[in-house]
Amino acid sequence: MPELGKYAGAVLWSWVATLVLVALLIAMTWMQSRKAKAELEAIEARRKSKES
Amino acid sequence: MPEMHRTKQARDRYNFLWEWANPVKFMWFSGLALPWLVAATVLTSAIGLIWGFFFTPEAVNFGSSVKIIYVHVPSAMMAISAWFMMLVASLIWLIRRHHVSALAAKAAAPVGTVMTVIALITGAIWGEPMWGTYWAWDPRLTSFLILFLFYLGYMALWGAIEDPDTAADLTSVLAVVGSVFAFLSRYAVNFWNQGLHQGATLSLDKEENIANVYWIPLLFAMAGFGLLFVTLVFIRTRTEIRKRRTHALELRERMADA
Amino acid sequence: MIALLARDLRLAIRAGGGFGLGLAFFLIVSVLVPFAVGPEAEVLARIAPGILWVGALLACLLSLDRIFQLDFEDGSLDLLATAPIPMEGTVAVKALAHWITTGLPLVLAAPVFGALMSLDERGYWWIFVTLLIGTPALSMIGAFGAALTVGLKRGGLLLSLLVLPLYIPTLIFGAEAATRGIGGFDNTTPLLMLAGITAAAVALLPFAASAAIRINLR
Repeated sequence: MPELGKYAGAVLWSWVATLVLVALLIAMTWMQSRKAKAELEAIEARRKSKES
Repeated sequence: MPEMHRTKQARDRYNFLWEWANPVKFMWFSGLALPWLVAATVLTSAIGLIWGFFFTPEAVNFGSSVKIIYVHVPSAMMAISAWFMMLVASLIWLIRRHHVSALAAKAAAPVGTVMTVIALITGAIWGEPMWGTYWAWDPRLTSFLILFLFYLGYMALWGAIEDPDTAADLTSVLAVVGSVFAFLSRYAVNFWNQGLHQGATLSLDKEENIANVYWIPLLFAMAGFGLLFVTLVFIRTRTEIRKRRTHALELRERMADA
Repeated sequence: MIALLARDLRLAIRAGGGFGLGLAFFLIVSVLVPFAVGPEAEVLARIAPGILWVGALLACLLSLDRIFQLDFEDGSLDLLATAPIPMEGTVAVKALAHWITTGLPLVLAAPVFGALMSLDERGYWWIFVTLLIGTPALSMIGAFGAALTVGLKRGGLLLSLLVLPLYIPTLIFGAEAATRGIGGFDNTTPLLMLAGITAAAVALLPFAASAAIRINLR
């Protein structure tokens, strides 16, 4: 950990806030992506089973 | 109409192609590009952030708080770039009617919003030791606050309208008009802040010569955030395309059952 | 187009709500603020121009959804779309009707309500002038927002969210022009900017608004 001196709080909190928000964004993006993919595959499977 | 002469099977194939014409290409391309994008994002972000946090010295007026630029500057840049991308994508939708473009604009909005929030939070945290309060209506931060409101309105409009094409059209019009006002607001806010005591604005930008020792890791960090934006927008656009396809198939299912 | 204007004005006055509501709201704001910040004349005089501008802005916001909603719901908007007047003209006329029934009364009432807030004597003139120049912009920008949300059943809150950021430049220049004028300082810049915003909004936004209405009528 580098010497942060009197600004330690500001630096650490800003970095933590950034990383947390980015992590949340990535997580949400990923989860929404998986859900959409699963739903599409489900409905396409239903279509295929109907046609065959 | 020529469709009536075709069999139902042929019509289905026609509809399938028509809906996917552009999205198909995008899904194919983005699917290939994503692993590379993810790798590049992780690499550049790691380099920029680790270098910036651990291996930069303290600065003259800012002390160690200069390290905040590695999260504040890239996020602020992306907040604005994201809106600009949404504007371009909206124009492409309005003129060329490429569905992928409209969906990409929709996909980019949450990413841009989070970037704006990060810029605001890091700006406020940085401002506290500099100004003594968390918020001092610094013109730049104020402009970001207004941008945040524009993002909210844009996303709210998408959410409020049921028909996807109507939503795409209206949000595109909003993006265009909003951009003009966002630009105007920047000027207005600068003007508005003239009368107040000019606190130190949070910038190490072109006005001062940033030493290379800070600048190069910053470049990596900015590249990292930029790649993060592209990666996330690709993933989110793929999600939107899939949702749209699912919705269309559901409608067809319901009509077939009826 | 005159006929359309006359009809809209008649409707607004007859319906009652639109006409007096904005004014009443403006009065409420002017009365509440002193209760909130204390009766000291100095404090009130300092913030009066800003509060009057915010009050006028919010009062305008209240009646925005009326601009197109009623006609949309009973089908008149569809008829107007096929009428010989271009949609842009219809939008402009409706915005004008909104301004006459909402904005203009605010402009006239503002100096009076300003007295409630110890507005400086010079303020009567400057509030009047800045609001006179600026409220047409508020009506036109508001009409654009209303056009975007006309298809929605309860779009009022969304309309506010969309329109308020668009109002910010007008508010900044209007309030600043009034405050500087009162202080005796030179206020040409904000005044010109305000006039510019109004002129540009009135000239250009009808196109954007009519595009939005056509989209919503599909």
